[in-house]
Parts: sequence; C-alpha cells; structure tokens
Amino acid sequence: MQAPSHTAEHAHGHDAHHEPGFLTKYIFSSDHKVIGIQYGVTSLIFLFFGFALMMLMRWQLANPNTAIPVFGKMLEALLGDVAKDGIMSPDLYNSFGAMHGTIMVFLAIVPLAFGAFGNFVVPLQIGAPDMAFPRINMVSYQAYFLGGVVMFISFFIPGGAAKSGWTSYSPLATVADLAHRVNGQTLWLLGMVLLITSSLLGAVNFITTIIQLRAKGMSWMRLPFFVWAQFVTGFLLLLAFPPLEAAGIMQLMDNLFQTSFFLPAGLSVSGNPLPVSGGGSPLLWQHLFWFLGHPEVYVLILPGMGIVCEIIACNTRKPIWGYKALVNSVLAIGFISFIVWAHHMYLTGMGTKISTFFQTTTMIISIPSVIILTALFLSLWGGSIRFNTPMLFALAFLPMFGIGGLTGLPLGFNATDIYLHDTYYVIAHFHYVVAPGTIFALFAGVYYWFPKATGRHMNEFWGKTHFVLSLIFMNLIFMPMFMQGLAGMQRRMADGGATYSMAYAKENNTGTQDGLSPKIIKMNKTVSHAAWALGVVQIPFIINFFWSMKRGRKVTSDNPWEATTLEWQTPTPPPHGNFTTTPEVFRGPYDYSVPGHKKDFTPQNQKV
Amino acid sequence: MEIPYTVEARKDTGLYNAKVGIWLFLASEVMLFGALFSSYILLRVGAASGDWPAISLAWPHGLLNIPIGTFNTAVLISSSITVVMAWASLKMHDFGKFKLYMGLTLLCALGFVSIKTYEYHEKFTHYEVRLQDGKIMTGHIQGSPMFWDLKTLADKKITALDFHPDAAKHGAKAGEAPAAKEHAKHAPIPVGEITYLSAFVPKHHTFFAIYFTLTALHALHVIGGALVMAFLWLPGAKMWKTDPERFTNRVETAGLFWHFVDLVWIFLFPVLYLL
Repeated sequence: MQAPSHTAEHAHGHDAHHEPGFLTKYIFSSDHKVIGIQYGVTSLIFLFFGFALMMLMRWQLANPNTAIPVFGKMLEALLGDVAKDGIMSPDLYNSFGAMHGTIMVFLAIVPLAFGAFGNFVVPLQIGAPDMAFPRINMVSYQAYFLGGVVMFISFFIPGGAAKSGWTSYSPLATVADLAHRVNGQTLWLLGMVLLITSSLLGAVNFITTIIQLRAKGMSWMRLPFFVWAQFVTGFLLLLAFPPLEAAGIMQLMDNLFQTSFFLPAGLSVSGNPLPVSGGGSPLLWQHLFWFLGHPEVYVLILPGMGIVCEIIACNTRKPIWGYKALVNSVLAIGFISFIVWAHHMYLTGMGTKISTFFQTTTMIISIPSVIILTALFLSLWGGSIRFNTPMLFALAFLPMFGIGGLTGLPLGFNATDIYLHDTYYVIAHFHYVVAPGTIFALFAGVYYWFPKATGRHMNEFWGKTHFVLSLIFMNLIFMPMFMQGLAGMQRRMADGGATYSMAYAKENNTGTQDGLSPKIIKMNKTVSHAAWALGVVQIPFIINFFWSMKRGRKVTSDNPWEATTLEWQTPTPPPHGNFTTTPEVFRGPYDYSVPGHKKDFTPQNQKV
Repeated sequence: MEIPYTVEARKDTGLYNAKVGIWLFLASEVMLFGALFSSYILLRVGAASGDWPAISLAWPHGLLNIPIGTFNTAVLISSSITVVMAWASLKMHDFGKFKLYMGLTLLCALGFVSIKTYEYHEKFTHYEVRLQDGKIMTGHIQGSPMFWDLKTLADKKITALDFHPDAAKHGAKAGEAPAAKEHAKHAPIPVGEITYLSAFVPKHHTFFAIYFTLTALHALHVIGGALVMAFLWLPGAKMWKTDPERFTNRVETAGLFWHFVDLVWIFLFPVLYLL
C-alpha cells in the first residue's frame, strides 16, 4: 500500500514495546497517516469503479440498445438478464445511474477529500502527534469500508442495486422494486447508515483535533487555509448528515414495515392501489435529503479549495492574497449552506414565497465562493510560478470551478431553473464543479503530498501528460452537455433520448422543427468517446502512482517543495507520533519571500 | 506517543478532548432528533382535519397512556439526578457512593425500558376494526393477541371475532387508556362483516409510524447509554485505581450523553402524549 521508510520504523520503535505485525500496522492501524492512506487507496478504487459504471452507461447513451462490446458479455455473466445479450436494460441503466452518483459522492470524493487528505495532512499541519481519538478514527474507516462493501454487494442481489437515483426520491424508492422485500434500496439505506456513521465519527474527531491539538503558537489565524476548509467541512458533515440518517430510517420503515412517512394517500402502482395507510409527504423526503444534499456540495468543494490554496501559495512563492477574506468566506459558506437546500426543489410546487427565499439565499452564498476564487486568482499576480504537476492541476481547478460555479446561477434563479431543471445542463453544471473542479484539486493533492507520504516523487513527465489529456477530455465531456441541456435534453433517459417523442426532429404543420436536432443527439457519441478516452488517460496516473512508490525519484530533503507549513518539517515519511521534537509555531502559514530573510520561504516553526 | 489533553484540560479552551468530542456528538444528535421532530410537525400539519378514527387520515389524540408516561418521565429525570450524584461522588473521592448512585441510575434506565416495553405491548394489542356497514371501532381482541390482521383471521380460520370495543367517547378523557372493564358490551363480530383489522402498529397510521420511530430510536439511545454506564459501573471501574481523573472524566462524558437522552424524552413526552 505505502512504503514506510526506515526512519518510520525506527521512530516507531521508541513507543511500541514490540514490533507491530502486518495487521496492526496496515489494517487495524490507529495512526492517522495509515488511516489516511487506507482512505485514499479505497476511495481511489471507488472513484474508478464509479467512473467505470458511467463508461458503460455512455455506451448505452451513444448506441442505444446495442450490445456493449466485450464488457456486455461480462455484465450478462455477472448480473444475468438485466444485461441480456450484452445490452444494457433500462433497469440496469437506472441502477448504474443511481450507484454512479452514490459511489462518486459518498464513497469516492468525500472520503478522498476529507478522509484521506484530512487524515493525513491536518494533524501534521497543526503540529499534532495524531488525531484526538485514534481508535475512533480507525472505526470511522472501518464503517466507511463496510458501507462500501454493502453498496457493492447490492449489485448482485435479486432485483439489483438501488435504481431511484442517488437522491432516492420517495415514493419511487419505495415502489421501484416491490417484487423483493429486501432489495437494492434496502441495502442502499443500510450502506448509507454505515457511511453516515463513518462521517459522523470522522467529523467529531477532526473538529476536536483542530480545536484541541494545535501546537503551541498555532493560533486560529495561523492555521493553513486547508485546515480551515477541513474544519468547516467537519461541521457540515456533523450537522447536515443526521437529517439524512433520520430520513433513511423513515424510508427504511416505509420499505420494510409498510409505514407511510413519504407515501401520500391514494397511491397506485401499475394501476393497483398500494396497501398502505397513506397520509405521508413525498416533499418531506426531498426536504430532508437536500438538507444534507446541499451542504454536501460544499463538503465536496471546500477541501479541494483548501488543497489548491496550499499548492498555489507554495508554487507562486508568495503569501496567499487575502488570507482573512478566505477564512471569513469559508465560514460564511459553512453557515449559509444550511439555508439554501430547497433551490433543488423549485419544481415541486412548494410555493413562490418559499422559492423566493431560497433563491435569495442561493445568490448570497455565491458571494463568498466568488471571494475565494478571486483571492486565489489574485494570488497568482506577480508570483514567480513553478509549473510542476500539482500546480498545473491547481491552476486548472480555478477556471473549471469558475465555469461550474457561474453556470449554477441560472439554476439558482427559479424562473430560469424551470426551463433548465432536470436537463443535461444540470449534469454539466455540477460535474464542472466536482469533476474538473474537485477531482483536479484532489489529483493536485496526490501529486503534492506523495513525496511526504512515500519519500519519493511521482514522475513529472507522466504527471503532465496525465494533466493535459485529462483537461482536454474533461471539457470534451461536459461542454457539449451544456448545449444538450439548453436544447432541452432531459437527464436520466436510458437511451440518450433516442426514442422519446421530443427527440424526433420532424417538421410540424407550421414548417418548424420539433424536438431535439440530430446535432444534439449526435453529441452523445462525442461525449461518450471523450469519456472513454478520459478513462484511458488515467492509466498513466495509475502506473505512475504505484511505480513511483518503489521506483520514483527519492526526495533529497524533508521539504522538497520548500514549503512553509508544518507537515514538511517532519521526517519523511513521518513516523508514528509525527514530530521528532514538539513543534512550536512563530508565524502565519504563508511566509514566502519575506523581505530580508535569507531564503524565499520561512517555515512556521522557524523563529527568525 | 502521548496525545495531549486526554485527561487535563487545555488552557485556552478549558476542556479535555473527550468533552469537546461528546458535545460535538450531541450537536449531531440534536440534528438527528430535530429532523424527526420536524417530520412529526410536517406530518401532523398535513393530516386531514376531523376526528380520528372516523376520518382515517386525521391525527389521533389521546391514544397514549398519560399516567404511565408521566411516571416514566419522572423515572428518567431521577436518573439524570443520580448520574450527576455519581460523578460528584467521584469528584469527592467517594467511590462507594459512586457505585450506589450509578447503580440507581442503571436501575432507572432498566425501569424506563421495561415500562416502555409494556406501553408498546399495550399498542400492539389495541386494534381498529372497520365493518361493512361503515362502523369503525377501536378496542381489544379477547385474549389480547398481538399484530392480528385479516390475514391472521383467515389463517387461523376464525369465523367470529371476539372484540371488546373501547368506551364510546374514546379519547374524550384525554389519554385515559380504556381498561378492560370500561369496555362497552360486545358480541362476537362475524369475520365476513370485517373489511379492515389492524393493531396499532407503525403501518397503521403515520401517527404510530412517527411515535414508534421516535420512541424506539430514543429507547436505543437509553439502552446504549445504559450499556456504557454498566461498563463504567462494573469492569470499567477498575480505572479508578490506576487513573482516577480519567475515570471521573469518563463518567462525566457518559453523564452528558445521559442528560441529552433525558432531554429528548422531555420533548417527546409532551409532543406525543399531551398535544
């Protein structure tokens, strides 16, 4: 998994009375760095798995109802009739769609951004020996892992995985698979309960660690911005997830014990009245889901912003522009993100007054986001920028997140959202935020902290290749989706819109054309090709990642990027307990190129 | 490797780690129960107007046993007092008193769960029956079986249901659970006349759904808290000899959780029993 150097083993010997075995060292470890790497590797695997689901779905979208080459047969062998003759059935498409979203959000990005980077970097950056509760930290990873296993198993049970979208709207989620009492949705809910438990334990641990274990002199306004971002993320997870847990419990009751929390009276399925008491509210589920769902968006993006901020400061060799503004903005985002959730629900008929309220708060929350992005852009001004791989990814994050953010404004206004809702425009918007946005930031983080974790650099040439090609294909995937969405193409169609009446471009009585033009439908193929290409260009990254662990260029010092923050003031890789001497902090996090100093960086623990 | 502030408080925050942790955990618990309480409000506001059970989607009133609920509230509040006494005894280095008060707390917890179980059983044996002539009754079946419905009757080949309806103005004296002797006169009902039969289980009505979900989740918290305290009472108490300060902190954090569980009930009782 990772390659601890001899330093680590020696230092370990001081504390442990016996040499820890493989199990206690790598599987049941309570060391925050090992747990961080466990999170990292597991979530990277899930990231690829979630992407693989989408690559298969993209075949169905580009070539509706034709057999998927090679993989179609494998799907049939694994999953049976839902992939008969290698053709993806609508049921399977729905399952893959729901699980793609679930896996990417809850099993890939959040654990990678919060679990992996947070665990590995935060205690090092604040000068702590470990997390405040190391054993709870271990349990947090185990709960996450189990949640992943449950989600994965759900593909293979009768009826297949959950197929009601990652949002699992009721009553659809309750009636989607009535043939099986315990179905994919049941496992989805159980998996979510495990994942929520994991993130709850993680959040408590992170916040306590940041409040209690800061080194001497590490005052709040000397914290690196990354730590601030993780701090706010911790609060979002702590307070936004429980309502989803409550909703999950209620939906589980609906599915297993036939209650009617989310089922209105008089509900019929395929013409038959459903034998339930009724009296529930489908809107209630949506409110509870999005009460998590919207803060979750910021859980996805804030750690990414934190990573980008660290890398930009280090590679421009100058202090970050507007540190205080950044901190205040991230706090503001944290608060406001709890009162914007219903902007996902303009089309539910909840009333214009409520819509107006949420439209207003949504516009307000864009202000701190823009401040952060602006501060990061301004930080580039006048810097002598080092264009290494982490920096390239971090730089690309800025415009990509910018596109994602700005295209969100028409969705925040309820007048324009009525037209754009549930179209490919929405998909393009949030994927710009999360895919070339957050995922690029996470890639940047991998390349940036890899030398600290392993003592070796990743290969620069292949890193840059990975970057350039990923950037091209990411945009080829998501840019056409804006056009498709603006043309009115709906999401969640199992055949890419080919057979829907709106898809036919035919002349009507007045001589104008109905439906989507062939150009728009044809873009499905472009996008699919780009998606598969994006899959291919991840191969250099995967090989580079594993190859560099053993064969990469060795670091020549503990601080190869010449950075100021504390994680670089430890041995490489950091031993159990992290610091050889208790660190003391004398300055802010970004003292680069301080006039009068000998070197162009002054570490936080350096007195003069 | 030593993690700082596991026992002694950090100067600038005035707290030891676990105390920060438990408060954060409780904040998250507030959100969990808060979401369920909000759901209660939304379901109740969305219920049909009129009198239950005549209007089946109206909100039922007075179905829960108020004297028993009040007694249970008192039991739980007492346990909150004893758990503080247990902690205070440790602070005064009186280990014997700690054992006593912690034991009393556990006894209260056990009492609460037992009483709650009795209340659940009361609901599982209480039925609503709808007849072909449009008559709707609530009451008990002879022998107080649990969870019966029309399918049970068919499976058991029962031809006439020995049903004891509740007193007519049921619910007028708020919360008085109709005891068996108050039941109106009855004659067995031919099964053919029954169109609907259901015990007061979660699926019967959204009121019962939210009642059982909220109280069961609360009961799980009571049981969880009691398990932790039982550990601190028996095997965990060994720590008093080796690390008394840390042990006292453990009792304090467990106590904080226990107060929270108590507080949730203080909200649950009026919301479910009285309103």
